[in-house]
Amino acid sequence: MIEIQNLSKIYNTKNGVVKGVDDVTLSIQKGEIYGIVGYSGAGKSSLLRCINLLERPSTGHLTVDGTDLTSLKGEPLRLARLKIGMIFQHFYLISQKTVFENIAFALKAAKVPSKEITKRVESLLDMVGLSDKRDVYPSQLSGGQKQRVAIARALANNPKVLLCDEATSALDPTTTKSILNLLKKINEELDITVVLITHEMNVVKEICHRMAIMQDGRVIEEGAVYKIFSNPKTALAKEFIASVVSFDIPESIVRSCTGPIVKVTFRGKVAGEGVISDTLQQFNLKGNFLHCSIEYIQEMPLGIFVMELKGEKKEIQKALDYIEHRDAQVEVLRDGI
Amino acid sequence: MGFDFAHFVELIPDINTAFLQTIYMITISLVIAVVIGLPIGILLYITDKGLIWENRLVQNVLGFVVNMVRSVPFIILLVALLPLTDAIVKTTIGPTAASVSLSVAAIPFFARIVETALREIDKGVIEAAIAAGATPWMIIKDVLLLEAKSGIISGITLTLISLIGFSAMAGTVGGGGIGDLAIRFGYYRYDNTIMIATVLILIILVQVIQILGDFIAKVVDKR
Repeated sequence: MIEIQNLSKIYNTKNGVVKGVDDVTLSIQKGEIYGIVGYSGAGKSSLLRCINLLERPSTGHLTVDGTDLTSLKGEPLRLARLKIGMIFQHFYLISQKTVFENIAFALKAAKVPSKEITKRVESLLDMVGLSDKRDVYPSQLSGGQKQRVAIARALANNPKVLLCDEATSALDPTTTKSILNLLKKINEELDITVVLITHEMNVVKEICHRMAIMQDGRVIEEGAVYKIFSNPKTALAKEFIASVVSFDIPESIVRSCTGPIVKVTFRGKVAGEGVISDTLQQFNLKGNFLHCSIEYIQEMPLGIFVMELKGEKKEIQKALDYIEHRDAQVEVLRDGI
Repeated sequence: MGFDFAHFVELIPDINTAFLQTIYMITISLVIAVVIGLPIGILLYITDKGLIWENRLVQNVLGFVVNMVRSVPFIILLVALLPLTDAIVKTTIGPTAASVSLSVAAIPFFARIVETALREIDKGVIEAAIAAGATPWMIIKDVLLLEAKSGIISGITLTLISLIGFSAMAGTVGGGGIGDLAIRFGYYRYDNTIMIATVLILIILVQVIQILGDFIAKVVDKR
């Protein structure tokens, strides 16, 4: 649906040339929710804004639904934008228009006849659950409600793609969750490709199918969300994952352990098979759990256990071999003392 | 010599005429300032860097002209524009003639106020409209003018009050008006009665306009 090839965006600032986006190549499939993660200044926002040409890429190619957008300007670009919805961190509704008028604004841009506008706006309001706020001004809405109006506006012209620029970053956790559920529903029911950028790994974990991690304008890691969560390659990916699934064990606890401390990771189905309990039963060992969690990513379990193993050295080695044999990944965090 | 009530009553017809002349001049000038100054203010804004019709040349030329007119003291502008006034209204004296110069002074003044009001709009709202596929005309009409509505109304109030001040000088070309009355009778002839009366009228007029302007600006604002 979206093909980005060797895209770069260069800014000329007072302090010289800055590469906002540096040679990014990405392919986003139809119907998926794609997350782009990075710290502020990583270039994710610039990249997203290049997709609907709010910023024109300096070099590289960009096609959305088969159309080469970089070749367009003026009226053809405007018409192409009708098929790419966008929502923002700060909503950006027109404060002097009612909820109804804000959504109707997008339909007017597409020259929809006014009779149909009323019907369409009402069905959009119904979809985002704000039918009772039809004639209210944005100042009377909460953050989550404003974002729902913005979503309705973005979807007004049945776009193929929805771009979300930090759409939940200004919202509290409960509201974030409800907005994410709405985005998920839109993706599933309307088959709209969603591209979202965020610095919150939690958002990606909740709803994204695939993701990219950006640093200094480059994509440094890319792939299925589950794969990156279960097997992160770069230090930055690990850092982001740690922000959601943390395995920090207090130093005093680590010091009080005598046996080796191991981290066992189970991916997919194995997580539910009770490998650890089998191991502890089969070998003459004692396991002392320091940390354990099972995360569900895209409804697939990812189990991570950190434990101290107490017993004969040989017995421990045999146990670790056994666990690996059962398709789990073992990492010795600290050898026994 | 203080305020002489009998003298004041005697002068009521004169004050009445002057008051109507003031209203006449500032109404004409305000309408022209809004009709011409509003588009100029919008142009000044949208031709700026990073906006919907970025255009260095238009921005610079327009900005230069606006600044030039604004830097000429009004009394000089009034005299300098006599040929223009003659060409437009076929006379160089009276309130209609004075209205031409008043309008020319008010247009750039109001244009800059409009530009400033537009700058107050969050750029994100304009960007969201662009992303929604809005036409440039929709952006001007439904985003810029609507979002800056309250600021523009305050600008109209400000322009109106400045025009009252400027119109005092209209006497130079026989324009008349309250200010002219205050200067010619009150100041030059040491007629304190008329001085006090006219100044009081001006104070009340300005207060009423300001309060009314603030009220309207507040009522239309949905923020």
